[in-house]
Amino acid sequence: MQARPDAAAEPLLSVRNLNVQFRSNDRLLHIVRDVSYDVRAGELVALVGESGCGKSVSSLAVMRLLSDPTTTRFSGEVRLAGRDYLRLPESEMRRLRGRDIAMVFQEPMTSLNPLMTVGRQIMEPMLEHLDIDRAAARERAIDLLKRVGVTDPKRRMDQYPHEFSGGMRQRVVIAIALSCNPKVIIADEPTTALDVTIQAQILDLLRALVKETGVGLVLITHNLALVARYADRVNVMYGGRIIESGTVEDVLRQPRHRYTAGLLMAVPRLDLPRAARLHTIPGQPPSPARFPSGCAFSPRCGAATAACGSVPADTVTRDRRYACFHPVVDVLPQEGEHAAAGAEHTFGTTVLSVRGLTRHFHLKRRAVVRAVEDVSFDIPQGGTLGLVGESGCGKTTVVRTLLRLQSATSGRADFAGQDILSAGKRDLVALRRQIQVVYQDPSTSLNPRHRIASILAEPLLVHGLCKSQGEARARVEELLGLVGLPAEMAERYPHQMSGGQRQRVGIARALGMNPRLIVCDEPVSALDVSIQAQIMNLLADLQAKLGLSYLFVAHDLAVVRHISDVVAVMYLGRVVETATRAELFSTPRHPYTRALLAAVPSFAADAGQGPEAKITGELPSPLNPPSGCVFRTRCPMAVEACAKVVPPPVAFSDTHRVACIRV
Amino acid sequence: MRKSSAATELWTTLPKPRGPVMKHILGQPLGALGLVLIVLGFVVAFAAPWIAPYDPLATDYGNAIAPPSFAHWMGTDSFGRDLLSRILFGGRTAFLIGVSASFIGCTIGLFVGITSAYAGGWVDAIVERFMEILLAIPITVLALVLVSSLGRNMVYGVDLNLVFAIALPIIPKMARVARSQALTIRNLSYIDAAVTLGFSDLRIIVRHMAPNIFGPYIVMLTAFISQAILIEASLSYLGLGVAEPTPSWGLMLAGNAFNTSMTAPWIVIYPGLAIALVVFAFSMFGDALRDVFDPKARADR
Repeated sequence: MQARPDAAAEPLLSVRNLNVQFRSNDRLLHIVRDVSYDVRAGELVALVGESGCGKSVSSLAVMRLLSDPTTTRFSGEVRLAGRDYLRLPESEMRRLRGRDIAMVFQEPMTSLNPLMTVGRQIMEPMLEHLDIDRAAARERAIDLLKRVGVTDPKRRMDQYPHEFSGGMRQRVVIAIALSCNPKVIIADEPTTALDVTIQAQILDLLRALVKETGVGLVLITHNLALVARYADRVNVMYGGRIIESGTVEDVLRQPRHRYTAGLLMAVPRLDLPRAARLHTIPGQPPSPARFPSGCAFSPRCGAATAACGSVPADTVTRDRRYACFHPVVDVLPQEGEHAAAGAEHTFGTTVLSVRGLTRHFHLKRRAVVRAVEDVSFDIPQGGTLGLVGESGCGKTTVVRTLLRLQSATSGRADFAGQDILSAGKRDLVALRRQIQVVYQDPSTSLNPRHRIASILAEPLLVHGLCKSQGEARARVEELLGLVGLPAEMAERYPHQMSGGQRQRVGIARALGMNPRLIVCDEPVSALDVSIQAQIMNLLADLQAKLGLSYLFVAHDLAVVRHISDVVAVMYLGRVVETATRAELFSTPRHPYTRALLAAVPSFAADAGQGPEAKITGELPSPLNPPSGCVFRTRCPMAVEACAKVVPPPVAFSDTHRVACIRV
Repeated sequence: MRKSSAATELWTTLPKPRGPVMKHILGQPLGALGLVLIVLGFVVAFAAPWIAPYDPLATDYGNAIAPPSFAHWMGTDSFGRDLLSRILFGGRTAFLIGVSASFIGCTIGLFVGITSAYAGGWVDAIVERFMEILLAIPITVLALVLVSSLGRNMVYGVDLNLVFAIALPIIPKMARVARSQALTIRNLSYIDAAVTLGFSDLRIIVRHMAPNIFGPYIVMLTAFISQAILIEASLSYLGLGVAEPTPSWGLMLAGNAFNTSMTAPWIVIYPGLAIALVVFAFSMFGDALRDVFDPKARADR
């Protein structure tokens, strides 16, 4: 148990009644409303909320990075060690920024200057802000790199950002933030762009640094599980306001605000038994252009009454604050309604059987990228196969070859007695009708120039599924109903809809062809938590109603556990483990699967904190994969023999196969 | 107490609501001016037979090289033809050839560019090299060669070969822009979706890709109208464009106009002014359109 900082200690950073407004030609957006919070030394304070809730904007205001007075205005107080710096002139603010208060951004690929060596970028703020000469700055930079876990820091000092991987770059960004011994660091979604194993490494590092150096850290995130695992205090934001705050244990175990409680129940969790359905919050997060008056959550809240039309005052108890007229009184149910989840389906027939799928990309100078190597799996009829893996593991390539958007180097994929990979042009058109896709990013998967009606009707008319415009119109209405959208939506353009609604249209478009198999390529990863639950329930309902089979590609293990019947885990182009959901999540065998599961931040206070299954290092390049078992370079169990042969799958049961010689 | 500098009073009043038309005019005053000039030019050129004070072809040797007066607002040329009437009728030639050449060139270029990006591979390589060859030849020289080698091909009073000669150098420029845009769109998942829905290549190019390049297409179209008018004028000046006595601005500057310009500057000033004004109008309007269609330049989505 870490020593909790004394609650009476003077806060390092104290934000009071912060308001931020944006004005464009014809709109006034009041994005942040009366936000107040404190950060004390050695404390990790999380700001958590869905997109558009004002969490990022409020921290930009705290950094005073919103400077154009013609378009933005803000009011309130931000005290850093007792001094209100919102009132300082810009020239003095510049001395403060980077020295006393530093920032870590989301995207490590773009937050470093590609033309400067990493060492120079770490030294630059020190030379700017501290009274220090070059040699001393260099010494300190090397020391910082070592502290953030960059091996061989002397050599890497003189390298450029492109020579670093994403996780390593984020470490460099953290080193830059630490360079002037800041009092406070603001980290805006620091790990959202990173893989789950790297995310765990970075956050462990940040937490250790905070505890060791006594800086205050503001962690901005949308991920509640991260908050549970790493933060000390949490501020939940909704509609521009902090609606609930307190210590992480209190807020997550016993949320008072209806929104916090709803959000917690909407997240699929690995530490609880799987519920048959996810709890959802109806509706969607409000757009900053139209925050509802009064309690912003009231339109989506089941307990809303007439009183919610006015802004609820904060209820303050010892260490808690929440703004709700109808607070939740009971402790959050710690178990889902898992009665229905007990039954495991058994599947007789297979809808798609992939054998030995391989895809190599040939580059210049005879270099070969082995994107996918000898991948085999079966998708059960009427069931769901979850394909999991980190970025670069080849899951997207598998999908693209199965859809014939790319050709395969070798392998078979049998669907309804036909090999997809070698089907001729005419057979392919027939196959395409039976295999449909739901894409990851709903903002690019619909043609922006077509109305929803024509997006949905076009394939029906092209394939002659509907003979006339009138017939197509009726079918479009039926499809919209099937995915839970009102028929008026047909007249909209995609940009007039929210992300969740667009994803529903994407699903409706796939359903229009009456497919047997739907490939879902990360269908919920671009959506907010409350919307994610809605879409996952919709997919489950459609499966039950229409007997669809899904190939569900995802990187989020909790999502995969919720939706899949069978799971295949990929690493560096190969499938390392296939099993039923129950087998994989109760008895994971492959060391990579175990490491992946351990890296997922969990709500349970004591789970996964141990170092036993953590993997170190980063994904090797697929240009030059390790010999033998591809995972051996990061595997805690690796022995010499692992380098010699590619491990054949070992069967633990009819359904559980593990490609590892050490299990 | 230090004077407050960053934290300020919040706005309490909403911005004045403005219609979309007014917003664009305020945002793009030069573009709006360009549009007004273009519309004015079109109206005047269209109405030329009704508003022109004289027959543009009627010669009056007794009244040659007359300075601007109430009878001849812009004076007369060395054949005694009324300059104002010739400029009005010349506007018809300029707009007709400029708009048609730019439209033909940009439309062909659009589909060449998209097809080459969509097909990729060797098709793309060959089309690209061919376009580069076209680009390497200066635009006026290319038109010159075509016009002088193909001769004339009059259809309804328009020299089709001239239009084609002006359109040809526009094709590779449009194709280039269209190709780069199409390459971006090609990677968006709605094109993947169209493929997996089993749509034909033609349908994907025409229905799904081309409309999404409409913005750059319109921008290029207006920008090249001014270029086409300029090329038409220069070809006519060189005697390869519109044939005498059809009124054309370039033609009005050609021949002995230059010799007489010392004594009668109005003979070159007014047609020159007409060319400059129309080219300016189309360029400004094209620039404004580009700003409107460029998503990065748009402040409010």
